[in-house]
Amino acid sequence: MKSDSIFKAMLYTGGVIVALLVVFSFISLFRASWLSIRQFGLKFILSPVWNPVSEKFGALPFITGTLATSILALFISLPFSISIALLVGVYLPDGFLKNSLSYATDLLAGIPSIIYGFWGLFSLVPLMRKMEIKIGILPYGVGILTASIVLAIMIIPYTSSISREVISMVPEDIKEAGFALGATTREVIFKIILPYARSGIFAGILLAFGRAFGETMAVTMVIGNSNFMPKNIFSPANTMASVIANEFTEATKDIHLSSLIQIGLWLFIFTFLINLLGNIVVNKFRVESRK
Amino acid sequence: MRDNVRIIKDSLFKILVYSLAFLSIVPLLMIILQIVKNGASVITLKFFLRLPQPPGESGGGILNSLIGTFMLVILASTLAIPVGVATGIFLAEVKNKFTEFLGTLVNVLQGLPSIVVGILAYLWVVKPMGGFSAFSGAVALSIMMLPMIIKTTEETVRLIPFSLKEASFSLGANYTKTILKVIIPASAGGILSGIIIGISRIVGETAPLLFTAFGNPYVNLNPAKPVDALPLLIFNYAMSPYDEWHKIAWGTSLVLIVIVLGLNLLTKVAGKKWKTKF
Repeated sequence: MKSDSIFKAMLYTGGVIVALLVVFSFISLFRASWLSIRQFGLKFILSPVWNPVSEKFGALPFITGTLATSILALFISLPFSISIALLVGVYLPDGFLKNSLSYATDLLAGIPSIIYGFWGLFSLVPLMRKMEIKIGILPYGVGILTASIVLAIMIIPYTSSISREVISMVPEDIKEAGFALGATTREVIFKIILPYARSGIFAGILLAFGRAFGETMAVTMVIGNSNFMPKNIFSPANTMASVIANEFTEATKDIHLSSLIQIGLWLFIFTFLINLLGNIVVNKFRVESRK
Repeated sequence: MRDNVRIIKDSLFKILVYSLAFLSIVPLLMIILQIVKNGASVITLKFFLRLPQPPGESGGGILNSLIGTFMLVILASTLAIPVGVATGIFLAEVKNKFTEFLGTLVNVLQGLPSIVVGILAYLWVVKPMGGFSAFSGAVALSIMMLPMIIKTTEETVRLIPFSLKEASFSLGANYTKTILKVIIPASAGGILSGIIIGISRIVGETAPLLFTAFGNPYVNLNPAKPVDALPLLIFNYAMSPYDEWHKIAWGTSLVLIVIVLGLNLLTKVAGKKWKTKF
């Protein structure tokens, strides 16, 4: 039985390595950002000035950029992803069309973000420029709105697959009860399915938000990389992730590097909280619907 | 009269759902079509066998990044698979406060933005080693694929019925033998598809490589030196001002999409063929 205890110890080691990985991630990020935390304190997330030359570092423009792009992307993608989920979960009968639609969204979720960014840069940016000329504003083409559209396209498969799963967990009998009372499909959707699946869909939205929040490449390529506070949704900007991608290899001063790592630390903390909340809600929904 | 209004509302809503759902497929189809259209004309045998050329000269290839990506995937898998499979089995087999906490940590790891993983690999490997390297890139990618392997292993092992384990114990096999000779072979298909999904995720990752693997215009087989990778090449070429390089980026995107979608299809097929059924 000695080999058993060695083997069990090996399994434990795997688990401990993974746990330490997460714990040390936080510690390492914190230690590497200490220089900038000590120098700027809370002003780091409140100051709108980011100037590597004069060594003034405030992350507010990037926090604004990240919040603006991910919230906008969420609103753009929501009607589409809920529609896909309803189509697959309620309208379409089991069969070829249903299978291929869910199959297609699954495959599309696997396309690397760099490809979305590349496509956005060469197809969407010229389109946006034309539109901006038409409505008479500075035709950058790149900017917050462009990045949000690319992000929205990227997270559609994500939100729709979670919503689909949640909608499929709504018990048949309460749907049938609705139909038996003479409700139309629309009424069953709005009065039975959506209220029942509300918390699950909310969690799906949160998890998609977490993904949009930390997305780097697709955004970096189309947001315009400007370190100033964005004025409106057409302004070129930077997100927390894109400023790290842009400046990390060029940062020669310690305080610059440390400030970039502090932005990474905040990204870590925010996505940690968003994912934690999303997973708690999803799991709670799974347990409740099993009852 | 009221009923008519309800029926009309119902039909209108149905039309809305159908059109929004199909409309959302449009940009995705456009992306694929455009990549096939722009990429196919670049791809020849030479494209895979030549090194990048300086701007202005035509006929550049992607040999360096093809080899680099291959190397990064092999190294990252070697690091991630043993830890991932062990943790997955651990989570499925042991139920206590620690594993509950660990399950949450795995979800946290999965949600970690790829750029943050890049920073971690920079702090843990690039800085101590004193320079960018293929190994540091592989460390970043292995962190990205770990949660995928852990989750699929855990789910598959959970599916294996207790009776199978009991049968093994009653034949006198000890715990180690039962796991290695009964549980792992029975769940091999699921574990394998988890590994392939993990690989398909890291093949296209760019952000964690920006300041780890860094890029390299030449073929390099030394893990302690920088290497190029397909997504890095797309990024650098797409952001460059040269038309010739943009063409190569389209071609590389096509290669990358074929690899990723191919791996995804493989897991679907593999999942069906070796499905853990009980």
